[in-house]
Parts: sequence; structure tokens; C-alpha cells
Amino acid sequence: MGYAEITLTALPIGQQARVVNVGMQGLTRNRLLDLGLVPSSLVKAVRKSPGGDPVAYKVRGAIIALRSEESRLITVWPLD
Amino acid sequence: MSNEENCFQGIVAQAQTAGAEVGPVRDQLVLDLYRQTQEIARQVVKRQGKKEDFDHKIDDFVTSKYFGYPLMLTLLSLILWLTVSGANYPSQLLSNLLFGFGSHLTAFCQWLKAPDWLHGILVLGLYRCMAWVISVMLPPMAIFFPLFTFLEELGYLPRVAFNLDRGFKRAGAHGKQVLTMCMGFGCNAAGVTACRIIESPRERLIATLTNNFVPCNGRFPTLIAMAAIFLSALVGTANNLLTTGLVVGVVVFGILVTLLISRLLSQTLLKGVPSTFTLELPPYRWPKMGTLLIRSVLDRTLFVLVRAVVVAAPAGMIIWILANVYIGEVSIIGHLGGFLQGFGYLLGLDGYIILAFLLGLPANEIVIPILIMSYLSEGVMVEPSSIEDLHRLLVANGWTWLTALNMMLFSLLHFPCATTLLTIRKETQSLKWTVLAALIPTGVAILVCFLVAQLARACGLV
Repeated sequence: MGYAEITLTALPIGQQARVVNVGMQGLTRNRLLDLGLVPSSLVKAVRKSPGGDPVAYKVRGAIIALRSEESRLITVWPLD
Repeated sequence: MSNEENCFQGIVAQAQTAGAEVGPVRDQLVLDLYRQTQEIARQVVKRQGKKEDFDHKIDDFVTSKYFGYPLMLTLLSLILWLTVSGANYPSQLLSNLLFGFGSHLTAFCQWLKAPDWLHGILVLGLYRCMAWVISVMLPPMAIFFPLFTFLEELGYLPRVAFNLDRGFKRAGAHGKQVLTMCMGFGCNAAGVTACRIIESPRERLIATLTNNFVPCNGRFPTLIAMAAIFLSALVGTANNLLTTGLVVGVVVFGILVTLLISRLLSQTLLKGVPSTFTLELPPYRWPKMGTLLIRSVLDRTLFVLVRAVVVAAPAGMIIWILANVYIGEVSIIGHLGGFLQGFGYLLGLDGYIILAFLLGLPANEIVIPILIMSYLSEGVMVEPSSIEDLHRLLVANGWTWLTALNMMLFSLLHFPCATTLLTIRKETQSLKWTVLAALIPTGVAILVCFLVAQLARACGLV
């Protein structure tokens, strides 16, 4: 694995990654956990909205859109 | 006492340490739950790879940089065009039917030798107001709603929220506000209730206070009628295409005002940073057409009919009385209209229009019937049963294209109806926000109409 940890925001469209850390607390964190976005789950950047933000991610078969404010707090380990 | 206090603080400290440890435990719990569900899902769920690819391709188009926005505008225009051009014929049919029955009622009253005032209140007031609301409101809504529900059930609306979120983020609001606005097309009270889907209180309040800028069920037909009148006054003809274009323009203007006011609110009364945003883009589903048609048509028909009976009928009665009880030489409604005339003129409207909006507080559907009755009480003997008749009646009362345009703008922007205000009171639990929910739109409506009227007059356009 020639990659280092990056934020989810930096994950290019079409690439898959494994979640390392969800760096937020409280309601937001719970909401993401509810969606299955927990450390070690797979996530794939699927598409950008026409304005570039939010970005849609595939998590456990569902497509979830996140704003960069949220995705920048999530660190992931990109996979080939 | 100090012993107990110590004991209490000890417990609090213990709870705090335990709380800090719960974080990872909670993650582990969620992780294990997902591991198990995944295992179960692997055994029993068959994946349809093709369907996912297909959804992916649709989304590539629907949310693309170049087609995303034009597609939204095209779909909105298409729905409105189908509504405008499809509603004409059934509207006329219903109107002929209901007003035809009205003359039978009149004949019946004469046969009974009923006193004039009774015939006036029941037939000319109650029945006619109801007939107007039904024939003007029902057909557009019975066409608009199935189409809209189709897009909703298809799963298109979350994509709209996805596309537009950036604009709403800039306005300090939430992308899901788009979904509450979509509900507002049906009924602003429903739109306000729908604001519950926005988790953050600040953004929910913004969505609640601005929902009114989406024209609801009760205002859409008014806008369509006014658009037709505006166009025939300005360019001499009003075909369905032009009318649709104008109504789309008004709706888009309403969306821009929503964004602007949201931004102002989030910079002043509701300061704060945009909160978190998570939005699911569900898989596309082909709606069950039969159920969709029956449900949305029946639903809307019932909605309009109930409103016609509950609100329009009593309002019709009251307005007829106001229009036919004279104080001196002038009817009560004439006095009220005269009192508001100066203010109305400043806004490019007239006193009766302002009065109609004020008396229409219980329901936007009755604004036009009230207006017609006010004009009829002045002695202009036209019985408008179609848009053309209505046009003649309005022109006879001094209407220009500016009156029609500002009537559209005022209708789009003014205070929400009583039902919506009560819903806002219930949802916000605050009298202050309810009052602001009425004052902010009214202020915007007055300002916009004033500017348009003064500009048009200064340029000598009217």
C-alpha cells in the first residue's frame, strides 16, 4: 500500500477507501454511525454535485451526500 | 450537606469518566451490528448489479455539471405547461356545470319566493364562491399533483436537493430545505411540517420562515390566471407557452427570494455556521402508476373540495353581506376598499386587492372570489365564469398589466395563510417566530410591489 491517510474530501471520484477515523462528536457523529460510516467500513467517492460540493459517497450499498465540512473530518486509507 | 455534595460530585466525576469511555464502545457496538447485518444480508440478498449501473448512468446525467440545472428547469416548465394547457378545458366544463346549476338554484329561490337577501347570501355568496374555488382550483391541482408525485416517487427530488445544496449552503441554509419547498407547492402548512426533516434548529427555522415563498395549491391557479391576464394586457395574446414561461419565472423568482431571505436571516436573526449535511440519494424506483394516479388525484380533489366547503363557503357568505350592506351610499366593502385605496395604489394594486388579500387570510383560494365580489358590488354586471370574462371585469375596474404583475408578486410573497401560521406556531412553539413569519414575507411583498410600481410609473410604462 503506497498510500497515506487522507481526508475523505481528498478522495478522488471513483476511488475506494477504508475509513480510519470519524473525527467528530455528538449528533453528527451519531448520524454518520447510523449510516454505517464507522472506522474500518469501505467508502467510495461516487460523484460531485454540479457545484462541486456536496459529494456523494457509496457506503454499504447506499449513496450518501456529504458536504466538505463533514468529509474533511473523516480520515480514510485509500485502496487500489 | 457538604458530605452529600461531595458524594454527588463524586458520582458526576464517575459518570464523566464512564462517558469518555463510551465513545469507542459505541463505535464497537455499531461495527458489530453492521458486521452481523452484513453477514445476514450476504446470505439472503441478491444484488442486482445491472440496476445499480443503470441508476449510476441516470445520476451521471441528472446531476451533471451541464445538464443538472437545465434539466430541473425543463422538468418544472414541462409540469407547469401540462398544468396550464390541460386545466383550461376541464375548468371551463366545471364552471359551466356549477354556474349552470347556480341559475337553477336562483330559479328555485324565485319559485319559493325566498327573500332577496337569503338568495343573495346562499346562492350569490356561499354557492358562487364555492363554485369559483372548485372550478378554478381543482383542475390545475388534479393535473399538477400526479406529475409532481411521479417525480417524488421516482426518487428525483433528493437529486434536486443534491444539485442545489451549494446555493443553500451559501445562504447559510440546508439542502434539505429544497424538499420542504417541494412540499410547499402542495401546501405551505405541509411544507412547514416537513421542515422537521432538517435536524439543526437554526436551519429548520430558516426553512420554516421562508417556505411561504413557494406558491402553494391555493395560489398556483391565481398565478396562472393572473399570468394569462398580464400577457393579454401587455402583448395582446396569452398562449399556454407564454403563460407557462411567466409562471416558471415567478416560481424561480420565489426561489431566489427564498435564498436571499435565508441568507439575510442567517446573517442577522439566525446567525451561525451551516450545520452538518447528510442526504441519502435513494435508488430510483418506477412508481406504481395506478396507485399513484388514484391516490394523488383523489387526494387533491378531496383537499380542494374540503377547503371549498370549509373555507370558501362561509367566506362567500360573509363577503356577500359585506358587499351588500350599505352604510350611506357605499357598501361596507366599498368603505374598506376606499380606505385602502391609497396604500394599494402605492403598490401598483388597488384598495380592493389589498382587502381581498387581508380577507383571504384563512385561505389563499378565496382571494380571487373575494375580489370578484367586491368589484361586482360596484355595479359592474358581469358574471365571470371564465378567464376571458374575468379579464373583462378586471379591465373594467381599471386593471393594467402592472396590476396583474403586482398581484402575482404580492400573491407569491405575502403573509402565509392562517393554517400555515398556526402550523408555524405549533412547530416553533414561539409567538415571536410566528409573528416574524407573517411580517417578513409581507415586508418583502410590499417592498417588491412598491419598487416595481414606482419604476414602471417613473419610466412611463403605465
